[in-house]
Amino acid sequence: MIENILEIRWHGRAGQGVKTASYLLAEAAMDLGKYIQAFPEYGPERMGAPMAAYTRISDEKILIHSGVENPDIIVVIDPTLVGTIDILKGVDLEKGIVIINSAMEPAVFREKLPGFKGKLATVDATGIALDTIGRPIPNVPMLGALIKVTNLLPLESVEEKLKHKFSEKFTEKIVEGNLKALERGYQEVRIDG
Amino acid sequence: MGKKIAMETNQLAAFAMAQIDPDVVAAYPITPSTEVVQEFSKYVANGEVTTEFVPVESEHSAISACLGAATAGARVMTATASQGLALMNEILHIASSARAPISVVVASRALSGPINIHGDHMDISSIRDAGWIIMVAEDAQEAYDNIIQSIPIAERAKFPIITSYDGFITSHAVEVAEVLEKEEVQKFIGPKKPDYSVFDEKLTIGVLALQDSYIEFKRKQAADYDKVIDIVKEVGKEYGDLTGRYYDTVEKYMTDDAEVIMVAMGSTAGTAKVVVDQMRAEGHKVGLLKIRLFRPVPKDDIIGVLRTADAVMIMDRAYTYGGVGGPLFEEISAAMNDLPCRPYMANYIYGLGGRDIKPSHIRQVFEDGLKAVKGCGFDQQIKWITVRE
Amino acid sequence: MAKDLMPKSWKEFPDGIHVEVKDQPQGFDYITAGWRTFRPEVNLDKCVHCMICWLVCPDNAVVVEDGKMTGFFYDHCKGCGVCANECPVKAIEMVPEVK
Repeated sequence: MIENILEIRWHGRAGQGVKTASYLLAEAAMDLGKYIQAFPEYGPERMGAPMAAYTRISDEKILIHSGVENPDIIVVIDPTLVGTIDILKGVDLEKGIVIINSAMEPAVFREKLPGFKGKLATVDATGIALDTIGRPIPNVPMLGALIKVTNLLPLESVEEKLKHKFSEKFTEKIVEGNLKALERGYQEVRIDG
Repeated sequence: MGKKIAMETNQLAAFAMAQIDPDVVAAYPITPSTEVVQEFSKYVANGEVTTEFVPVESEHSAISACLGAATAGARVMTATASQGLALMNEILHIASSARAPISVVVASRALSGPINIHGDHMDISSIRDAGWIIMVAEDAQEAYDNIIQSIPIAERAKFPIITSYDGFITSHAVEVAEVLEKEEVQKFIGPKKPDYSVFDEKLTIGVLALQDSYIEFKRKQAADYDKVIDIVKEVGKEYGDLTGRYYDTVEKYMTDDAEVIMVAMGSTAGTAKVVVDQMRAEGHKVGLLKIRLFRPVPKDDIIGVLRTADAVMIMDRAYTYGGVGGPLFEEISAAMNDLPCRPYMANYIYGLGGRDIKPSHIRQVFEDGLKAVKGCGFDQQIKWITVRE
Repeated sequence: MAKDLMPKSWKEFPDGIHVEVKDQPQGFDYITAGWRTFRPEVNLDKCVHCMICWLVCPDNAVVVEDGKMTGFFYDHCKGCGVCANECPVKAIEMVPEVK
């Protein structure tokens, strides 16, 4: 929550595409002429370890290089982290936005996040990922949900970036699956508040 | 206007190296500079560069192979960090005395132990007496720009060069950077003109010089090394003419009328600019002096800025055990000795092992400075911050 | 002799640790053999031109022309005797320098 800079914190576990999602959003924003920063928080690197990544977006060049203290938006890619770590750390309890990967209704998480009065959204990102790409990697549907909840960027610009970036690495089938996952995350997110 | 791209700074460094297309790269990857070597080797495998890539079994071998290639007249680069740079130490001194214009990309990292992979300036500080040119970048853009400029700087100065950026904080962050086309880079750096070659049968390379001549070799090296400062300025201006991004040995940020000036290096400088803006808006006369050229120390440029300040706050992301503060503080204090009337000076040791330095920390440092100006100096000249007291 | 070749000021010293051989006392044009006690002499009637002496000579003092060993470069030979010791046909003899 630094003047003129939007800050997002992504929570997940190593292997869930946390870093990729934080980068993808940043790069899609850059294509629209924004200045961006995206960086993961590195600790002991192993599959399944809790990790965080950050995205900053601004209309002006971003000079700050310290960690994100007061994020505007929290994206929780792994719901088992709610209650395990303080996902609301530094968040404005009135104005913050929290998006959680879960098949449950947002109201369920209201109870788990006492004091939080901001916008709360859930989306079954793991279910969508299994349907569309056949693997439990929920990062892309979460990105779709984030776009719907925040209107940060047009969905098309993220689609464009995803198509371009994933085509370098993956087969056409996987790219198609991810595009579908992005769209479904966007459509199926449930917003409370 | 160049093309804007977003990459992790390590990838951007490899991209810059590929545009330079050096004759030889000999490397042994180490965190947090691993991706520089990894990405560069992809350019090699894809045939996008003409570089002879030499994978070796240690940093000592990497820099030795680089030195060998450089003495054969090749344009040579590598990348390393932390203990990797420390392991190169023996050869670093030989490379600088051999005037081998090797360019090394360093993602600055703490020195173990305890084992730590994150960013601070202990590695580049520990080799500051090796006779290398050392430049430190604030962000991805400057990292790219410094790597491109490193080639003409090193080759004109006839000294090896390190261009560093902060490990993880910068190396593993994606940021927007404006880049040149490869042709523009090639035109800017020009073809390599070897000063000498090991293949010249009339040359003896690596001479023995004992009591009767060693000190003269060193005196000459020292004198030539001092000329680096003007070369850095000259190349920084030429680069500015090409890109619109002009560089000097230091960067002044709101220092002209500042009462309190902070001196910082690397990514912290960016965060400090944000705090300067905030505090200026509140009416405080604060400013920032960013050190871009860490070695040789641009003494006159530093004094020129700091002489009019009332208090100078020197930020060191490194420490010299048993020394008088951190490396920047030691140098700048010594440089300022010439002044008839010195500002109050204090030293802040911070951020070792990647400990985050937040705007609130920087604000506190400025406030210490403002307080010192009103009263009579500091109660404590050397202070550790961002530490559990 | 070395003293005369030394530059008068550090300013005239080379940029680096490479020096042109002709400017240095230990170089190619200089006699490095002044301290010899024994000198090798070859009996070319015995020599089979196996080139072992050329291979082992530490001072590059074996003269070879058109693939044949023809004698020694006495300005460089320090008289170590390795060639005589290694010669498989005993064609090289070490003789006292001062007779």
